[in-house]
Amino acid sequence: MAEIDKPQREVDVPGDWTYASAPESRDIVHIRDRYGYYVGGEWLEPAETYETISPRDEEPLAAVGQATAEDVGRAVAAARTAYADGWSSLPGSERAKYLFRIARILQERSREFAVLESLNGGKPIKESRDVDLPLAAAHFFYYAGWADKLEYAFPNRRPRPVGVAGQIIPWNFPLLMLAWKVAPALACGNTVVLKPAETTPLTALLFCDVLRQAELPDGVVNIVTGDGRTGAALVESEDVDKIAFTGSTEVGKEIQRRLAGTGKRLTLELGGKAANIVFDDAALDQAVEGIVNGIYFNQGHVCCAGSRLFVQESIYEPLVAKLERRLTTLRVGDPLDKNSDVGAINSAAQLEKIRELVASGVEEGAEIYQPPCVLPEKGYWFVPTVFTNVAQSYRIAQEEIFGPVLSVLTFRTPEEALEKANNTPYGLSAGVWTEKGSRILWMAQRLRAGVVWANTFNRFDPGSPFGGYKESGFGREGGRHGLEPYLRFDE
Amino acid sequence: MSRLPVKKTYKLFIGGAFPRSESGRTYEAEGQNVARGSRKDVRDAVRAARGAQSGWAKATAYNRGQVLYRVAEMVEARADEFAELCTGRDEVERAIDRIVWYAGWADKLPQVLGGSNPVAGPYFNFTVPEPTGVVAVLAPDEPPLLGLATRLLPPLVGGNAVVAVASETRPLAAIELAEALATSDVPGGVVNLLTGRHSELGPVLASHMDVNAIDIGGANGDAPELERLAADNVKRVVHGRADVQSPWEIASFLELKTVWHPMGQ
Repeated sequence: MAEIDKPQREVDVPGDWTYASAPESRDIVHIRDRYGYYVGGEWLEPAETYETISPRDEEPLAAVGQATAEDVGRAVAAARTAYADGWSSLPGSERAKYLFRIARILQERSREFAVLESLNGGKPIKESRDVDLPLAAAHFFYYAGWADKLEYAFPNRRPRPVGVAGQIIPWNFPLLMLAWKVAPALACGNTVVLKPAETTPLTALLFCDVLRQAELPDGVVNIVTGDGRTGAALVESEDVDKIAFTGSTEVGKEIQRRLAGTGKRLTLELGGKAANIVFDDAALDQAVEGIVNGIYFNQGHVCCAGSRLFVQESIYEPLVAKLERRLTTLRVGDPLDKNSDVGAINSAAQLEKIRELVASGVEEGAEIYQPPCVLPEKGYWFVPTVFTNVAQSYRIAQEEIFGPVLSVLTFRTPEEALEKANNTPYGLSAGVWTEKGSRILWMAQRLRAGVVWANTFNRFDPGSPFGGYKESGFGREGGRHGLEPYLRFDE
Repeated sequence: MSRLPVKKTYKLFIGGAFPRSESGRTYEAEGQNVARGSRKDVRDAVRAARGAQSGWAKATAYNRGQVLYRVAEMVEARADEFAELCTGRDEVERAIDRIVWYAGWADKLPQVLGGSNPVAGPYFNFTVPEPTGVVAVLAPDEPPLLGLATRLLPPLVGGNAVVAVASETRPLAAIELAEALATSDVPGGVVNLLTGRHSELGPVLASHMDVNAIDIGGANGDAPELERLAADNVKRVVHGRADVQSPWEIASFLELKTVWHPMGQ
């Protein structure tokens, strides 16, 4: 008991409990002034460029090429040559080793990539560091292992590569989406022409360094940058055998139309308006964390975001109170600050779209809640937002916002929850929160969505197939099923 | 004096019933006047299919298998009639055997097409195949019975409801099949068979917003245009062949659903 008599040490109690900023250094990243296209292992000089910026402060980062149909044609020709000149006939075990190399280099250089991803795309560094980069490397690692085992994945079907794959990826997970597309394509013996999103080309361009470091044969992966015109040129390129697209449903439909009658293969991973359903017996604090992760992760720039929250009426008030309290603790700010939970909106155009839809929600009669929040003066920002008193017919309950905006609706019975959840043309993902196991399975079976998260949300793994029902697209990425779009079979 | 036979009126098969075409029109095929289905008949058939689909999907796989096996029994019982409406006995027998083969797949699909996925975290994660919903089929012209059975069974065994347009030139076997289905245990609306012009009905089905997938392998006419129309609601487009038998044919009309759940105490 001697300690009790010890005099207590005086401790300074700070009057201000706000976090000091903890900026991640950007010294590790070297950005060139100007980037061309990576074609056949060489950098091609672009005739026309545009500026890619950082959404956190609108700082110009580099000049990037706006590829023309002719540039795309060169890239496709390089991919075709590489395909014919050995890549497609290389033993799977050798292809695997290239993919293992890429995975390892990504792991080694992960901090550099994470910083660049946050700088160019606006996502918080803790997400690019802890989610995007580990998953991108894991994806290459996973598919490396399949490259020499395809006959076991598809017995009696004689799997062969499709040829040249044209891949168009979005701006929300730039490097991760590259990994989702490139890894299975290469594992199956295809060559690739990839177009990163207009606003986030830099990690894909840095990835070309990785390809060189891994000594991947020239032309196996080619990267062209530009806006929608470049994507359209890739879709219409005659010598592409397969198109894989991740992006909006609107553009996906247009691609499906343009490919009609061409015989080219197509997979689409499109938009969503996921229902996140909370029953009255759910562990509420865990559910609140899941709801927050479901819609504010990556500023809500997530196609499978849980943007429609359905709460059982009996717990509506306590749940919304907990959720709004939790929102006050979210830190919105500099993506490079390790304390930031929510970063910058990816682009001015996206910010405009979010603002317009949020204004429509207010106008249609929903009640808006936004926590007190000091936003940086420069750059593109949007405060995490919750709408209550939302009717199913409101635009904010029907259209994909692709921003940190949640619509809360209610239900009484499981049947009603299901009916409302499925009442959308989309079908990418859904969430269910309840402690009752049989209800989880009952709901999971009836929700029309490609991924159902029960008592969790927004989990991803290279071994887990991902993709949509209905207008959220077709085809799967991840797992054994993710190989199929990149293979031809004996009938 | 010889007896005057009773002649059959050839009708559509929608929702388990045999209505005349709403259009009141017919066309001549194989020496008979056959109903010429219209846009509104397609609408009715899709509505019937949508209404029946979830019940069919919810039936146990064992039950679906038995129901389809019963279809084979019904066709076998009418083998002589079918033989006269197609290329002959051999085609009928192959069609029956194909129905039996697919019936046996009903309770095996999740094991072959799905599975559990190892993920890097404390989660149990599994993938199961599920029906895509309402499937439209433009049946191939030849062979009239085997071609229809080949395209009909894969979506059915997976739990989809089907709206099929019969061979335009040889629709009588399809009508006979509708009669066999009506006396089997297949719930009304799960299979709907229309007769009529592919060029008229194909675009209606391809652009229909409540059809989830379309098999245009048998389309005579503008297939690229059907593909274009199918994009309106991101339909799954299948180019099915008239004579093929494989579980991957079934997989074309299935979605894969992946479910995650944490593992804990």
